[in-house]
Amino acid sequence: MEVTGAQALVRSLECQGVDVIFGLPGGAILPAYDPLRSSSLRHILVRHEQGAGHAAEGYAWATGRVGVCMATSGPGATNLVTALADAYMDSVPMVAITGQVPTAMIGTDAFQESDITGITAPITKHNELVTDVERIPAAIAEAFHIASSGRPGPVLVDLPKDILQATSTWSWPPVLDLPGYRVPGPPDAERIAAAARLLHQARRPVLYVGGGVIKSDSHEALRELAETVQAPVTTTLMARGAFPDSHPLALGMPGMHGMYAAVAALQEADLVVALGSRFDDRVTGKLAAFAPKAKVIHADIDPAEIGKNRTPDVAIVGDLRTVMGELARAARALVASDGPTDTADWVATTAGWKRSFPLRYTQDSDGPLKPQHVVERLSAMTGGDAIIVAGVGQHQMHASQHYSFTKPRSWINSGGAGTMGFAVPAAMGAQVGRPGELVVAIDGDGCFQMTAQELATCAIEGIPIKVLIFNNGFLGMVRQWQELFYDERYSEVHLGTAIPDYVKLAEAYGCVGLRCEQSGDVDAVLEKALSISDVPTVVDFRTHDAEGVFPMIPVGHANDDIVLGPEFTAAEQRAAARKEVMAS
Amino acid sequence: MSTHTLSVLVENKPGVLAHVAALFSRRAFNITSLSVGPTSDERVSRMTIVVDGASTPVDQVHKQLEKLIRVLKVVELDEDAAIERELALIKVVAAPELRAELLDVAASFRANVVDMGPETVVLEAVCSPGRLGSLLEQLDRHGTCELVRTGMIAISRGAGTITDEEPEALAVSA
Repeated sequence: MEVTGAQALVRSLECQGVDVIFGLPGGAILPAYDPLRSSSLRHILVRHEQGAGHAAEGYAWATGRVGVCMATSGPGATNLVTALADAYMDSVPMVAITGQVPTAMIGTDAFQESDITGITAPITKHNELVTDVERIPAAIAEAFHIASSGRPGPVLVDLPKDILQATSTWSWPPVLDLPGYRVPGPPDAERIAAAARLLHQARRPVLYVGGGVIKSDSHEALRELAETVQAPVTTTLMARGAFPDSHPLALGMPGMHGMYAAVAALQEADLVVALGSRFDDRVTGKLAAFAPKAKVIHADIDPAEIGKNRTPDVAIVGDLRTVMGELARAARALVASDGPTDTADWVATTAGWKRSFPLRYTQDSDGPLKPQHVVERLSAMTGGDAIIVAGVGQHQMHASQHYSFTKPRSWINSGGAGTMGFAVPAAMGAQVGRPGELVVAIDGDGCFQMTAQELATCAIEGIPIKVLIFNNGFLGMVRQWQELFYDERYSEVHLGTAIPDYVKLAEAYGCVGLRCEQSGDVDAVLEKALSISDVPTVVDFRTHDAEGVFPMIPVGHANDDIVLGPEFTAAEQRAAARKEVMAS
Repeated sequence: MSTHTLSVLVENKPGVLAHVAALFSRRAFNITSLSVGPTSDERVSRMTIVVDGASTPVDQVHKQLEKLIRVLKVVELDEDAAIERELALIKVVAAPELRAELLDVAASFRANVVDMGPETVVLEAVCSPGRLGSLLEQLDRHGTCELVRTGMIAISRGAGTITDEEPEALAVSA
């Protein structure tokens, strides 16, 4: 059967099992929008292509399936760049489809021409400019295969207008032609055994869990492994929810704004087991001083992560679900044959750190509203059952720290790239992927204003996300750095709390707008917001502008230099530096 | 300078060189030279990439190249077990009184004279990068007007070929 390239594209997406595309049409991609009319695919018309990109990411984070976005050539495509860079940093499976000027005009500086494959080469797992209509089904199938297998990532397929208009004979499935693409096979059994032995012998082990555990759906194996060897677990910003925060072995998030117990445990560990994590600088602080006493087991599906930042003692390359299943089995066998691990003192020490140096803030009943309080109330009122989406900055750290996560895929944020403006469109994508569930974006006022126009998309498309704006009138994290490292010389960080009026803005976008200025009103306002399930809801929380995020490890410092913050006494800070446990 | 030579088989498709170049730029890898050409299989091109090991983690270069979808195979050639060659075309001042000496130098490096004019000669030299360096040093006293080099290509000694071995296992040594 003869079909146009555009029809082949839409059919390929349908055959690939796509249910939704986030996009915005324009000249070069126009042919693709015609067959969409008669397709079962749901197309969500965004207000800015960046929103389409982040929505595809949010969809992928929330569902584990490949998110799809579509844009036209030139500025349409370049507006996807930030989202592609974000997805690349956080290994988010995503396929971006872009229109391109007709092949004969490529290179002539034609209207809305940009070299999007050139531009995105360093920020995609792969990309391709398709120059033959016959190749469209294979290009799409390969894009989905590459995006979702191995270490996931974004793939861009660039389709010139004349290729979309040309015709070819439809056939599916296509033959994948990827001779240079290999996904790691089963993990090396000897290395699994060696790792299990190290784990069994360790007295102070810590599982350093990254986003790979969530992407590989190996949270159950993680729990079994941790409980079998009785090792405390830290979940990075990318892995929040991989291990329940309420678990006795949970230490919470490590790193620059991590829990003291998580940071100290890694520093004092005799064995660090990195599982789908990548020794990111925000976790390690000064790399040479990170976990100085520890042997390292590093398991990852990407061989290039092994030894990139820290040379491991045992390296395991493979799919984490298999790796952790086998590791848990091997550890269980060792426990059965040689007895349980000897980590009770260590677990008690880490529990003592949790008790001695918890997250601390003060919410006076008549004082300014603290963002931490809002997150804690949200956590309590939702029972850790919501899907939380954050942008980047103080609100993101407060959300990650104070929400008690219970399950994977309930935390979505921009981790590696640190993309402001991520939350609203990502929440939209997450809600589309999991329509019946409660999706709450926690956003800063700075972030919110970068992509707020997607509220219109949410309202019109019936996507009832909740957006909690922590409106402190500042680019808060930058303000905090200027306070601490630039001697309170504030420069270009004041946004003001009153403009725009977020309640009116929400209403203008067809959403419910609420405001909360006092701690005493938090529960009632949250209750109201959470009860609305038909339209998107925005809450303007007027939060304290001078509130910082603590603990904090100053950038470039060793993790041993962790600062507990103003809520702790000098004596407590000294005790923390000595890694003592305070009497309860 | 500790140089490492990577022989890289890539799919002969548009955009491959851009992807390789983007990788080097993105990861801040320094390359000393890069040359590309077709192989006996028209679907495959071969790149020879010389990396400065002092400023660039060669193991990372190797692994990151392997991750590129269009890269088929990466092999690091052992300097002692490989033949390394570079072609240079060198335009040198050939003053009448020094011309005989210049031709002697060329002959001792087996460089061919491919153009001879009243004031200059063009030499064609094919040798290892080290030997080429020596030749250029010798020519300096005559005055080198223009130099063009292809970048190094290399092949392993003996019967083994780059296509012999299966792709290396992705497991890494610890």
